Amino acid sequence: MLEALLNYELLQNTFFTGLLVGLIAPLLGTFVVVQRQAMIADGLSHVTLAGIAFGMFMQKQPMSTMITPFQFGMIFSIAGAVIIEKLRSMYREFQEIAIPIIHSLGVGLAIIFIALANGINTDIYSYLFGSVAAVSRNDLLLILGTAIFVVIVVFVLYKKLFALSFDEEFAQVSGIRARFIHYLFMILTALVIAASIRIVGVLLVSALMTLPVATSMRVAKSFKQTIWYSILYGEVAVIIGLISGYYLEIPPGGTIVLTAVLLLGLTLLVKKIKSLGRIEGEHS
Amino acid sequence: MSTPLVSVSHLSHRYDQHSVLEDVSFDVEEGSFVGLVGPNGSGKTTLIKLILGIERIQKGSIELFGKPVQRFRNKGHISFVSQKANSFNRGFPATAKEVVGMGLTAGSSLFRSQSNINEQINQALEHVNMMTFANQNIGELSGGQQQRVFIARALVSKPQLLILDEPTVGVDTDNVQQFYQLLSTLNRELGITLILVSHDIGTITTQVNDLLCLNKTLHYHGDPNEFDQLSNEERSTFYGHDLNVITHDH
Repeated sequence: MLEALLNYELLQNTFFTGLLVGLIAPLLGTFVVVQRQAMIADGLSHVTLAGIAFGMFMQKQPMSTMITPFQFGMIFSIAGAVIIEKLRSMYREFQEIAIPIIHSLGVGLAIIFIALANGINTDIYSYLFGSVAAVSRNDLLLILGTAIFVVIVVFVLYKKLFALSFDEEFAQVSGIRARFIHYLFMILTALVIAASIRIVGVLLVSALMTLPVATSMRVAKSFKQTIWYSILYGEVAVIIGLISGYYLEIPPGGTIVLTAVLLLGLTLLVKKIKSLGRIEGEHS
Repeated sequence: MSTPLVSVSHLSHRYDQHSVLEDVSFDVEEGSFVGLVGPNGSGKTTLIKLILGIERIQKGSIELFGKPVQRFRNKGHISFVSQKANSFNRGFPATAKEVVGMGLTAGSSLFRSQSNINEQINQALEHVNMMTFANQNIGELSGGQQQRVFIARALVSKPQLLILDEPTVGVDTDNVQQFYQLLSTLNRELGITLILVSHDIGTITTQVNDLLCLNKTLHYHGDPNEFDQLSNEERSTFYGHDLNVITHDH
């Protein structure tokens, strides 16, 4: 693969995009998981799919636009995030209802636009399951820009995001502008989800945001450690998943997520063996 | 006399058709330890939310440090320990130290030096005697220890006014005594003005030096010792509710 990686631009694009996504998906995923919002990724990824399908439909039109399906996906994802926040403030007592609403809206629109854009084709297939050879240089640049933006915002707002995730009331009293930061965070999440779809596909985006975090929480001792380990687990899953997907000719969505699940299983097993060892040590 | 830290005047508040506060007025002077008591549903938490600016004022006014609450920007002058503080997600992966650090988010924390921040956090943890648990996960601590960490989080910004809403709920009796001792140290030695909200009128009157009895309207405002001298019937009228005051020896 190394030789192929050096020679084929498409593979290079995929590999770099994978590394970027392996960084930003678990980074934001940590905040998403501790806020108990893990379902949000599923909701937004389906809205992104609707955007992609809409983009494909628009490409078929005689007056085609300059915007690519992938860019439409990002726009839809951000719009979906804003709608979720709006719904949440409208249904204060039933905030979780916002996600199924947005999820079904996304799937509904996606079905319509996929049908209008002539049904399932290889493009849609690669968006659903991920692909090792679908990332263009333009996509890579857009995802690079997204990643830089996400990392900078998280770095600058780290303490505020952390405080808000733990205890919203206290954060508000301390003078944090909770609503503004919530919106910004939702938009970041929307961008990260759209970016990750290029690699792992619509159906498995939420896995890349939550699995590494679930694994990391078992071993980390602090919040900062949770973030670092999540990124580490995320990157390992992406790298192993991309390489094996390439050799086995399987869409990388499947191989990346299975690697992440394996890492989770192994971590749990090691923890279990260690704690058993400790109990035995105490008894002897 | 200096400007009161909190000045509430003619405050009324209602949720839909239901009135929760009616024409409440009082001042909190610097250095005092105020007890705000009242039965459940008497409007205590609403009053605190209005003071903290979480809830919008409908009628009347509140001034903090001489400024209307609407224009007051909290940069750590006022801190808060909530009733809900111990209902956080126990699995949250954060150490005691990290939780305390959340109290330093006001203003721009980007350019504050890390060693300075660490020093402030350690100091706050020392004030509540929790330094040995600094790197422990917050969910693994006992109820009383968690409460101390939340106090440290409120102290880390070096506030002049600390508001505590039912902070002893879920803390066992032994720890409650220690807890009151801690509050009195904060008040006397660090000079922090305290407002302690409670429905337990029995214990609170021995601790505070200014007592407010609230039940929709303010029924009593004054010296807690004088309140203690009153007969049970008189106290019930002030409290605005049938109540059994648990008598205690001084």
